[in-house]
Amino acid sequence: MSKAAIAIVGAAETTRMGKVPELSQTGLHADAALNAMAECGLTPADIDGIATAGHDAAEIAQYLGITPTWLDSTSVGGCSFILHVRHAAAAIATGLCKTVLITHGESGRSNNRAHRPLFPSMQQQEFESIYGPLFPPARFTLPVMRKMKDDGLTIEQLAMVAVVQREWAAFHPRATSHDPLTLDDVLSSKMIAWPFTKLMCCLVSDGGGALILTSAERAKDFPTKPVYLRGMGGESCEGPMISQMEDFTTSKAFRVSGKAAFESAGILHSDVDHLMLYDAFAHLPVYGLEDLGFVGKGEGGAFIAEGRTRPGAELPLNTNGGGLSYMHSGMYGMFALQEGVRQMRGTSPAQVKDAKLSVVHGVGGMFSGAATAVLTSEDQW
Amino acid sequence: MSDRTQPTIYPETQFYWEGAKQGKLLLNACTPCGNKPFFPPRPFCPHCGSREVTVMQASGRGALHSFVISHLPAPGYEPPFTVAVVMLEEGVKMLTNIMNCPPDPDHLELDMPLELTFETRGDLKIPQFQPAKGGAA
Repeated sequence: MSKAAIAIVGAAETTRMGKVPELSQTGLHADAALNAMAECGLTPADIDGIATAGHDAAEIAQYLGITPTWLDSTSVGGCSFILHVRHAAAAIATGLCKTVLITHGESGRSNNRAHRPLFPSMQQQEFESIYGPLFPPARFTLPVMRKMKDDGLTIEQLAMVAVVQREWAAFHPRATSHDPLTLDDVLSSKMIAWPFTKLMCCLVSDGGGALILTSAERAKDFPTKPVYLRGMGGESCEGPMISQMEDFTTSKAFRVSGKAAFESAGILHSDVDHLMLYDAFAHLPVYGLEDLGFVGKGEGGAFIAEGRTRPGAELPLNTNGGGLSYMHSGMYGMFALQEGVRQMRGTSPAQVKDAKLSVVHGVGGMFSGAATAVLTSEDQW
Repeated sequence: MSDRTQPTIYPETQFYWEGAKQGKLLLNACTPCGNKPFFPPRPFCPHCGSREVTVMQASGRGALHSFVISHLPAPGYEPPFTVAVVMLEEGVKMLTNIMNCPPDPDHLELDMPLELTFETRGDLKIPQFQPAKGGAA
């Protein structure tokens, strides 16, 4: 029998999401942080560890009035917050701090910010940007034609990712897009980067989220239902040059991160009740399902298209609607975590009945980074 | 065309762009790894860490490994345009546009042979690829 060591005791999104022109990016971080502290009865004086990405953690600390003894500004794209959960767990476990606040805020739509969140890559700029793929839809999608030819992935299967996730979004009052989609709606939407149409690409939103972590022992004193970390999770990276991915049909970073998380948690795929796979574009859940080992290589597209991840089916996936329908600030990983926490608390508007184990997996940059967390409602296993 | 972004060139990659000006696609290759080429250039091997690297000239033959047809804006480009990855005969991948070929999936078949060409951009020559003349590479 193992006992949980670390718990998430605070989790909240910004008060509003989507279009939030009245707040700066710093303000979005603060709004989410204040909401998370309020729900678990903390003030900035109680926080001694702080982490954020795409923004200087020191600025967030100063803005909120926090004096940390531990900081983490690891910034490897939208999965960074999942890495922060892992790093925070290690920091709490080794006594570097007791109560960690992880914040995300991004003015992705209103652009009330000083800079874009991702560090520019020198080699990417010198050898890739010069050929014109300046925006993620023309870069993140580059491996997909290869996967279609080698693994039999079809355009209809990719479109079904958007259709199925919209079914989940319909449960969520806070989701940006609720209306049902048909396969034809997705295939006939505006062409963005062939073969990707607009509805296979994520939303562009303002918003943020925050998490508060502490030891499982202290977690019992909080007013919120603790969500425990099972194992230490995983992380890896392959790098920002998408042309240099080792194999266009599989993400090495996904495989390394996923394997570490599953081994550390001591779980099998059949133990997983709920899954979040960061979906900036429709192909990512396909790679995620395969690279984390939920299905065999080349089977991810059919698995989703056959409806096996939709409401009521065997593997509830992206139950908030994902980046395609819920919201996508730019660094969406925080929102995948928030839905994982809601599911383990039993409070998601799209609640999976009796769900006890959630895997949250994210991508950073464009197949550059990856991180995986395993969340559970149980304090021992 | 001249509005297109110029690469920022660093000391380690100067040779690559100087080679391009002379119509050559130059790669670094690792001596201990049996003259295995790699990309992008750097003065050590990303496979074994050795600093024993040489410069070799690529054959200029390759195949279309993957692509998208971008409908998004980029300075100096008129959408839609093809952004592609070429697999060089030497076994390394690099980004390219597909020159002298319409940005149309009917003209772009995966694994079709491509050949090296160059695009003049300011005082630089940018390595580019086009469908190979006469079919098989």
